[in-house]
Amino acid sequence: MTTQTAGIKAKHQRLVLVVIALVALIGAALLAIWGLRSQASYFYVPSDIVAARPDPDRGVRLGGMVEKGSLKTEPDGVTIAFVVHDGKARVPVRFKGIVPSLFVEGSGVVAEGKLAANGTFIADNLLAKHDEKYVPREMKEMTEAQAKQVVAETQ
Amino acid sequence: MTDTTASPKPRRWAIWLPLGVFLGFVCLVLFGLFRPADREVASAMVGKPLPAFDLPAATADKPGLAQTDFTAGGKPRLLNVFASWCIPCAVEAPQLDQLAKMGIEINGIAIRDHREDVTAFLARNGNPFTRIGADDVSKVQMAMGSSGVPETFVIDGKGVIRYQHIGEIRADQMPLILEKLKEAEQ
Amino acid sequence: MIAEFGLAALWLAAALAGLQLLAGALGLTRGGAALGAIVRPVAIVQGLLALIAFVALIVLFCQTDLSVKLVAMNSHSAKPLIYKFAGTWGNHEGSMLLWVTVMGLAGSFVALVERRLPEPTMLATLAGQAFVSLGFYAFLLLSSNPFERMPQVPTEGQGLNPLLQDMGLAFHPPTLYVGYVGLSIAFSFAIGALITREVGPAFARAMRPWVLGAWIFLTLGITAGSYWAYYELGWGGWWFWDPVENASLMPWLAATALLHSVSVLAARNALRAWTIMLGVVAFSMSMVGTFLVRSGILTSVHAFAVDPERGSFILVLLAIYIGGALTLFAVRAGSVSEGERFAPVSREGALVFNNVMLSAVLGIVLFGTLYPLVAEAMGAKVSVGPPYFNPMSALFVVPMLLVMAVGPLLRWRRDGFARVRAILVIPALLVVLAAIGVAAWGGIGVLPFIGLTLAGGLAVASLLPLRGRSLRRTPLATWGMVVAHLGVAVALFGMASESAFSVEKLVAARVGDTTAVGPWQITLKRVRPVAGPNWTALEADLDASYDGGKATAVHPQARFFWSPPQPTSESALLTRWNGQLYAVLGEEADDGRWQLRLWWKPFVTMIWFGGLMIGLGGLLALLGRVASDLKRYVARGKIAYRRERQGR
Repeated sequence: MTTQTAGIKAKHQRLVLVVIALVALIGAALLAIWGLRSQASYFYVPSDIVAARPDPDRGVRLGGMVEKGSLKTEPDGVTIAFVVHDGKARVPVRFKGIVPSLFVEGSGVVAEGKLAANGTFIADNLLAKHDEKYVPREMKEMTEAQAKQVVAETQ
Repeated sequence: MTDTTASPKPRRWAIWLPLGVFLGFVCLVLFGLFRPADREVASAMVGKPLPAFDLPAATADKPGLAQTDFTAGGKPRLLNVFASWCIPCAVEAPQLDQLAKMGIEINGIAIRDHREDVTAFLARNGNPFTRIGADDVSKVQMAMGSSGVPETFVIDGKGVIRYQHIGEIRADQMPLILEKLKEAEQ
Repeated sequence: MIAEFGLAALWLAAALAGLQLLAGALGLTRGGAALGAIVRPVAIVQGLLALIAFVALIVLFCQTDLSVKLVAMNSHSAKPLIYKFAGTWGNHEGSMLLWVTVMGLAGSFVALVERRLPEPTMLATLAGQAFVSLGFYAFLLLSSNPFERMPQVPTEGQGLNPLLQDMGLAFHPPTLYVGYVGLSIAFSFAIGALITREVGPAFARAMRPWVLGAWIFLTLGITAGSYWAYYELGWGGWWFWDPVENASLMPWLAATALLHSVSVLAARNALRAWTIMLGVVAFSMSMVGTFLVRSGILTSVHAFAVDPERGSFILVLLAIYIGGALTLFAVRAGSVSEGERFAPVSREGALVFNNVMLSAVLGIVLFGTLYPLVAEAMGAKVSVGPPYFNPMSALFVVPMLLVMAVGPLLRWRRDGFARVRAILVIPALLVVLAAIGVAAWGGIGVLPFIGLTLAGGLAVASLLPLRGRSLRRTPLATWGMVVAHLGVAVALFGMASESAFSVEKLVAARVGDTTAVGPWQITLKRVRPVAGPNWTALEADLDASYDGGKATAVHPQARFFWSPPQPTSESALLTRWNGQLYAVLGEEADDGRWQLRLWWKPFVTMIWFGGLMIGLGGLLALLGRVASDLKRYVARGKIAYRRERQGR
């Protein structure tokens, strides 16, 4: 490589590299923020959903208690319908698939899915692992509302 | 090759960037670590009456347990949430026995358990309970705001939860329990 | 007795780590050169003591010694021996003991075989390693003593999470741990080099095999973990972007970047500060990942016990080590000169591009993993899943893959695209053809489309560095690169094919019913109860026939473990060369029908096959590097010997 011109050029090239790297990384950061704002799924309890409906195409998580006597299996044998409530509001839920074994009427559930335009929550996934080792973080703060309802149900 | 120190140096500050990002991470995590400091979930039910419930008996020889058992008045008592599959529950058994021998009434709720296992557990570790209800799906446990086993509640004569003890009762915690029972008497 | 013995070994190891740190630090001063001499032996003994402690814990688990709290809480006499054995590290304390053991042994290994580093850098490196170990010893001994005794011996243990009673557990976490902790060597090397300011090609050549070794284990661990989650969780997915998975992916991304930048440093003496930085970041990601998982700060399907006290302890360690290393970096990196220059279009340029893209993906994953925490700070509860991670990471992975096809063909320092254009015609043509073919197929999502389009071209392009070379004379390291890059193409094809062509069927079937899934005909023959050592189950007998061929029996189970009581579903897999049939048994409906969930996943196995190839590529490169180092070492020895004889 020959002296001065090469030096200047090299400096120039280094600058280009640095600029590209910075642009890419800043771009990544901005994209991440944008993506998270639009793609993170928020946690709702039934009264939140009734108060402010999420967009029908937005993935959300719905947490609450499975209402007693609401669990029905449809004739196809694999679709179930039930009602999730938090003591203040009720949301009908439909789920197609194999339910987790801890899922029973009266238990807590977190359903992942979308709220359809007709007000039914279409779940793609149910989480019902509330044994002593695993409580979905969101469920912990529900205990009070839950308590009232459980009281009513056990009588 | 030319001397490299000639390369542009306005990126000095960039060298501190990773450290800055990491400090941000630490702050965030500190927040996360200490905000839910109630991770040993203190029940929101302390100071409130017991939720209504009526549980069937968990063993053949002791009756089941209902909320109405607590509202009849009388001395404060302990409500112990346990399970036969829980190791710390076995650890606290001597302390519970001692409390029972002092004349304190202890009621139990067996969580997610089988009758025969509960019977075997009590045969092994002693049975300080006057009544034991079976809570097969943790329903009453959750209603009381209890999130694990073992937990022990102090219930006063009117059926109000006065104190929640999370984890096993160790020998050195006996005075604490007795004090809470005394407080509940007033 | 064994428990006390193990505990004593652990304390002794901790003390030796302290000594190693002290002697290493003093050895760097002018007066302490003599002390420096003991650092290597101390490091070796420290590693052995940690190993003894770990073996003691294994023995306790295999004997089911219930007087030890950890065993009582996590094991059960009815458990098969292999799971008792694997249960040693299937819990918090045991896995942390495994962590310090690997860390100690890694230090021993470096002390034993590393002879290329200048002695001061070596001392600083071993002292750094001891410093990091010391914190983890303290954590183990002060807040998670694995050898703690029970005040009262229970008659039976509490069992092990049934999800973890699986062969996957026996190999996957230890493999990952070797990878995580192996990166501590890169970290210590980086610190050593920052202290002595000796960053150059020799340093990079010394560091490279260690990075490669850790990276191989990480790669294999992640591959195994993905397969484990795939068949054990019964959800049919192979990657869930769960915090625990992300915790293993992040160090891998950093280590992959490091692996590539260290090549630049070794070959061209460029990217000096950046490589040091990545050395620090890679192990930091291991620690951050472990912290996120162990502190329970993020909830996860892998459900580890939540413990803020331990979380705080690890956080303090993180603050000391990562914060300290980054501060040292900030103070010293300015004096580490930038190194040789290169043109944007060159081998170095391509590798820098690779590094920037990997860092961007790393940032995206880290940010997405932490975002629920950020949101919580602002009062919202969110979970972040595939809708964020998939497109965001693809945005950077796809350009990186394109450059991966070209980069290895470029020359160091300066090159032009014109030179390689002619060679790249074949892969480019393949990509175009694949794009037309896949578009004609129709109905395929954007990401699978890109994946299917690129996979073939990438596979061919990754073989191009071999063209015109004598295959027998090609260095092993080059073979390694080719195999690893080919593995990327294979895995990409598997991922794209799985998400584009999977067929799923969910039915409620009566005994005797036949269901079609893709080319398969599945008949439910019967459902019967079966029992294992510590579980009972309902097992379905399914006859599966591919394309009208001979029927093969598959047996999905719905298991119920009784200690602790927990149900799990055991999926059944039937593997063909062109894909896998995946069957899960659900519940019995009221009318006597059984829920069956069936998938046909064409070429899904390519995902893990590709992962294995990437690991194998790393292994070839490692063997090649070690062999050439050995050759150089022997040659140098011969020359020295000859000189000595001539001198006489």
